[in-house]
Amino acid sequence: MTDVRYDRAPGDIPNEEMQARSPSEALVYTIGLLVALILTATSFWVANTSLLWPGGIGLGLAVLAISQMGIHLVFFLHLTSGPDSTNNILALAFGLLIVFVVVVGTMWIVTDLNDNMLMPPSDAMNIRMQR
Amino acid sequence: MNLLGKLDWSAIPLHQPIVMAATAFMALVVVAVLGFITMKGAWPYLWREWLTSVDHKRIGVMYCILALVMLLRGFSDAIMMRAQQAVAAGGAQGYLPTEHFDQIFSAHGTIMIFFMAMPFVVGLMNFAVPLQLGIRDVAFPTLNSVSFWLTAAGALLINVSLAVGEFSKAGWWGYPPLSELQYSPGVGVDYYLWSLQISGLGTLLSGINFVTTILKMRAPGMSYMRMPVFCWTSLATNLLIVAAFPVLTAALAMLLLDRYLGFHFFTNEAGGNQMLYANLFWVWGHPEVYILILPAFGVFSEVIATFSGKPLFGYRSMVVATMAICILSFFVWLHHFFTMGASANVNGFFGVMSMIIALPTGVKIYNWLFTMYGGRVRLTVPVLWTVGFMVTFVIGGMTGVLHAVPPVSFQLHNSVFLIAHFHNVIIGGVLFGAMAGYTYWFPKAFGFALDERWGKASFWCWFVGFYLAFMPLYLLGLMGMTRRMQHYDDPAWQPWLVVAMIGAVVILGGIICQIVQLVVSIRARDKLRVTADPWNGRTLEWATASPPPAWNFSSAPNVTGRDAFWTSKRRDRARQDRPGSAHVYEPIEMPKNSATGFVSAFFAVLIGFSMIWHIWWLACVGLFGAFATLLAFAFRRHPEFEVPAKQIAQFERAQSAGAAA
Repeated sequence: MTDVRYDRAPGDIPNEEMQARSPSEALVYTIGLLVALILTATSFWVANTSLLWPGGIGLGLAVLAISQMGIHLVFFLHLTSGPDSTNNILALAFGLLIVFVVVVGTMWIVTDLNDNMLMPPSDAMNIRMQR
Repeated sequence: MNLLGKLDWSAIPLHQPIVMAATAFMALVVVAVLGFITMKGAWPYLWREWLTSVDHKRIGVMYCILALVMLLRGFSDAIMMRAQQAVAAGGAQGYLPTEHFDQIFSAHGTIMIFFMAMPFVVGLMNFAVPLQLGIRDVAFPTLNSVSFWLTAAGALLINVSLAVGEFSKAGWWGYPPLSELQYSPGVGVDYYLWSLQISGLGTLLSGINFVTTILKMRAPGMSYMRMPVFCWTSLATNLLIVAAFPVLTAALAMLLLDRYLGFHFFTNEAGGNQMLYANLFWVWGHPEVYILILPAFGVFSEVIATFSGKPLFGYRSMVVATMAICILSFFVWLHHFFTMGASANVNGFFGVMSMIIALPTGVKIYNWLFTMYGGRVRLTVPVLWTVGFMVTFVIGGMTGVLHAVPPVSFQLHNSVFLIAHFHNVIIGGVLFGAMAGYTYWFPKAFGFALDERWGKASFWCWFVGFYLAFMPLYLLGLMGMTRRMQHYDDPAWQPWLVVAMIGAVVILGGIICQIVQLVVSIRARDKLRVTADPWNGRTLEWATASPPPAWNFSSAPNVTGRDAFWTSKRRDRARQDRPGSAHVYEPIEMPKNSATGFVSAFFAVLIGFSMIWHIWWLACVGLFGAFATLLAFAFRRHPEFEVPAKQIAQFERAQSAGAAA
C-alpha cells in the first residue's frame, strides 16, 4: 500500500538500514552544544558591541534566538526529517502556523482598530507619560 | 489582618428569596446524594472504583455525568430567563431583579459551554477513542484523571458562587471594561475567572493527552487512513484545544492581573486596550465552537455508518474536511466583533474566511446523506438524533453564513437573531451529537441498552421544543430585540416570547423523559442486557465485551483495513468451519489507581476559593498542597500492576459462555 510508507502505525518495526544510518548520539549532542554555545556567545557580543548599527541589534538578537530554538529542536529534541518524526514535524508546523496567524492577525486587527478610532499607539503613550 | 479576607456573613444572599430557594434545593440534593451513598456504605467502593480510577472508560463516564448534572443547572437558568422575558413586557419588571438576571445569563452561558458541552464531548472522547483505536488506555492515565477532577473543581466553584457571594454579571465572555475592578467590584467576575482558569488547565492537559494517544498509541496495523472518523475528529479537536486554550488562559490571566495587582492590560486608562481582550477571547472562542462540534460530527459519522449498514461515504473527504476545519477555524475569529470598528479590509477578509469554512461542513452533510442513500437505515434513537441534527444544523449553518456578511452583522449584532443562530448550531449540533453518542455507547459502557420508547419521546420533545423556543427568536431579532434584556417596552414582542417559553417547557419535557429513560432502563437492565455488539457495529469498540474489562482487549486486535471490526467479522464468517483454537493470553500491565487527580483538584478548589475571597494564607496552603501532591505522585514506587493471564482467560471464557447462552 502506498500510504503506509510515511504513515507507520505503532508496533511496526523500523527497518534496519534506517537504524544503521543514524550517527552516534554523543556526536550529535556535542555538535549541538558547540553550536548553541557559539550562538549564545554571539548574542552577548551583539548586545554589547558598538561595531554594529544600533537599529539592527534587536533584529540580530531575534535572528540568533530563533536559530537557537532550531538548534535545540534538531540536536537535543531530535527533530529530523526522517519518516519516524513526521508527527513532530507536522505538529511543529501546525504550532508555528497558529502562532503566526494569531500574532500577525492580532497586530493587524488592533493597529487597524486604533487607526479607525483615531488613537495611534503614540497617543496612548503620551497619556501614560502625563500621569 | 483579617484571616478570612473579604469573606463574611454578608456574602450569603439571605435577602434574595429566589437565590436562597435555589441554594436550599441544591444543598438538599447534595445532602440526599451523600446520605444515600453513606447509607448504602458505598464510599469505599466509590473511592476505589471511581474517584481514584485512572481507567479512561470510568473517567469518560464521570465526565458525562458531570455534563448531565450541569445541563440541569444550565437549563434551570435558561427556563428562568425565558419565564422572565415572557412576563416582563411593557411596564412589568418580571420576577427577577436586574442584577440577578445578569448573573443568570452569565452563568447560563459559562456553564453550558464550559461545564456541559465541554465535559460531554471530552467524556465521549475519553470513553470511545481508546476503544476505537484498539488500545488499553490513553497515553497518560493519571493525567487524564487530573484533567477530569480539575474540570469538576471549576464546576464546583461556579456552583458555590450561587450560595456564597455572587456570579459574574459581565456575560459569559467577561468583556472589559465591564469586568474590570472599577465596574465589577464584587467577587462575581473572580468566580468566573478562577473557575475557568482551573477547568481550562484540565482541558488543556486532556488535549495533550489525546493528541499523544492518537498519534502514538494505535493498535498494530491501524494507520492514519484506517482510523475511525470519530478518532479523526477527536484528533482535530484536541489539536485545537492544545492550540487555543493557552490563548484563553493568557487573556484571563491578564484580566486577573488587572483586577488583583492593578495592571492596565484592558483598562480604560494608562494605555490599556479593551479591544485586545475581545480579540484574544475570540482567538480562543472560535476554535472552541469547532472543539465542541467536531466530536459531534464524529459521533454522527459513526452512528450513520453503523445504522445504515454501509461504510461511511467519502471517508477521505471526511478526513480532509475535518482537518481543513481544524486549520481554517483559526482564521475567522474577527467575525465575532465586526462592529467593533475595524476597517472594511479587515472585516472583508474575515467575512470571506467565515464563508469558506462553511464549505467543509457542507461536504460532511452530503457525505452523511450519501451514506444513508441506498442503505438499510434502522431508525433507532441515535439515528433520530442524527437526522434531527442534519435538518436543524443546516438551518443554523445558513443563518451562520448570513452572519459572515459584515453589513448583515451590523444589523444583527447583539440581537436575539444571533442567540437563535448559535443555539441552533450548539443545541442542534453539539447537544444532539452528545445525546446520539450517549445513546449509542451507553450499552457498551454498562452492558445494557437504554429504553427505546422513552429515548424517542425525549428526542421528539427536544426537537419540537427547540424549534418552538428558538424560531421566534429569529423573528424577534429581525424585529430589533437585543439580547440580555431583563424587561422590554414593545408589547408586540411578548407573544413570540411566550411561544419561546412554551418551547423551553417542551424541552424540559425532553429532559424529564431522559431522566425517566435512565431510571426505567436501570430497573429493567436484565431485560435490556446486550452482547458485545448490539448495533452490528463497524469499529473496534464493538469487538470487546460490554462493559469492556479494565484492560479493554485481552489480546491486541490486528487491524487489516478500515472499519476494522466489520472486516474481521466478515473474515470470521468466511472461515466459520475452522475449529476454534484455544487462545493463549499474556499477562497485562495496567496503571494503578491514583488519588492524585482527586487530591490535586481539592487543592485547586482551595486555591480558587481563597483567591476569590482574598484569603491569601489559604491560597498558599492550596498551592503547597497541589505541589506536594504532584511531588508524591512523581516519587511513587509501583506505578503499575499486572493482570495475570489466568484472570484474562477466565474472563474470556465467561464472555463466550455468556454469548453462547
